[in-house]
Amino acid sequence: MEKLNYTFAAGAPAAGRAVTGVVSSGDLEVLLEPGDNGSTTVAVQTSVDGYGHNWTALLERVLGPGTLPAARIEINDNGATPGVVRMRIEQAFEEQGRADNGDRENRA
Amino acid sequence: MTDIDKLLRRDSFIERNARSRARALLDPGSMRELAGPFERLHSPWLARQQLVTQADDGVVVAKGTLDGAPTVVLAIEGGFQGGSMGEIGGAKIAGALHLAARDNRRGIATQAVILFETGGVRLQEANLGLAAIAEIQAAIVDLRRYRPVIGVSAGTVGCYGGMSIAAGLCSYLVLTREARLGLNGPQVIEQEAGVNEFDARQRALIWGLTGGAQRVATGLADACVEDDTPEVRATVARLFAQGLPAQNRSDRAVEYLAALAGIDTGAQAAPEDVRTTYTQGAA
Repeated sequence: MEKLNYTFAAGAPAAGRAVTGVVSSGDLEVLLEPGDNGSTTVAVQTSVDGYGHNWTALLERVLGPGTLPAARIEINDNGATPGVVRMRIEQAFEEQGRADNGDRENRA
Repeated sequence: MTDIDKLLRRDSFIERNARSRARALLDPGSMRELAGPFERLHSPWLARQQLVTQADDGVVVAKGTLDGAPTVVLAIEGGFQGGSMGEIGGAKIAGALHLAARDNRRGIATQAVILFETGGVRLQEANLGLAAIAEIQAAIVDLRRYRPVIGVSAGTVGCYGGMSIAAGLCSYLVLTREARLGLNGPQVIEQEAGVNEFDARQRALIWGLTGGAQRVATGLADACVEDDTPEVRATVARLFAQGLPAQNRSDRAVEYLAALAGIDTGAQAAPEDVRTTYTQGAA
């Protein structure tokens, strides 16, 4: 298991919380909470060691532009592929603050 | 409607994760999660063993109403560590059941649904997991005196180990054809007793003996439903409306033991033989 931490520039704080995914084989859990204005932090724990550069590249691509709302993100990963990781993060941003938050989460 | 249309339109219960299952059983907008993922109740034991933890420890405690009646849904996430019961997840279920029983003693008729998707105790947490399962069992027996405790196992993990005993203690048990219910899993039996005793590669044998349809036919479960969310919900609602069963299944232990004592263990039991054993034993 490896733990990684990141900080990115961001917009205004996210509207609310969201949780997407589960820590099952090839999947991950993303917890998103409103962050401090202008800054997003990401704390990753992953079951697969030695892929720090992949995490950096992926998170840089999604959060690097700094246009998404500011959030505190916790990722618990059980060997998800980069594509799955990106979808779960984007799903969390989509669902944050929505009243029916997660009603159809992970249906497929 | 063609079969393909039906398949595409079906609202699968199995494909939902634990949180989504809980929400689907409760009245829309009524669900409130207790001890949820943002409380960050990670298992302290998995992390020490270099395993990735989940923020809710694989158990969702959802409070709300079902057809207007106060209901708590305890949903086990089968995808996380095989739905295994550790110290925290187990304590969440036992604690919620204890609170529901206390509600009843104070005049609030709270009922409970447990969504079993579990291999039983989490081996990494050993005795703490076993103790938690014992607490869950005691809490089910406490609560079922007031309002039904309904167990549902949809699959695909099924319900095994100590949690299969917990399922047996429920007032009612609902299974799908995909679900399996048993004390020991097929591979455990094969490993311990040999391939002649049980061939864990024979899927027809596994589902024939421990699958949802067989368990309902033998009277060890009450309803076999399609993998369809509205049907699961309607079945649970119907069983709650029936109220407490005239007799709990666990009160018939002596009958069951007598029926099992008559089995010839020299031959591999076929599913039909098991049905005969149980239906005669129950007569």
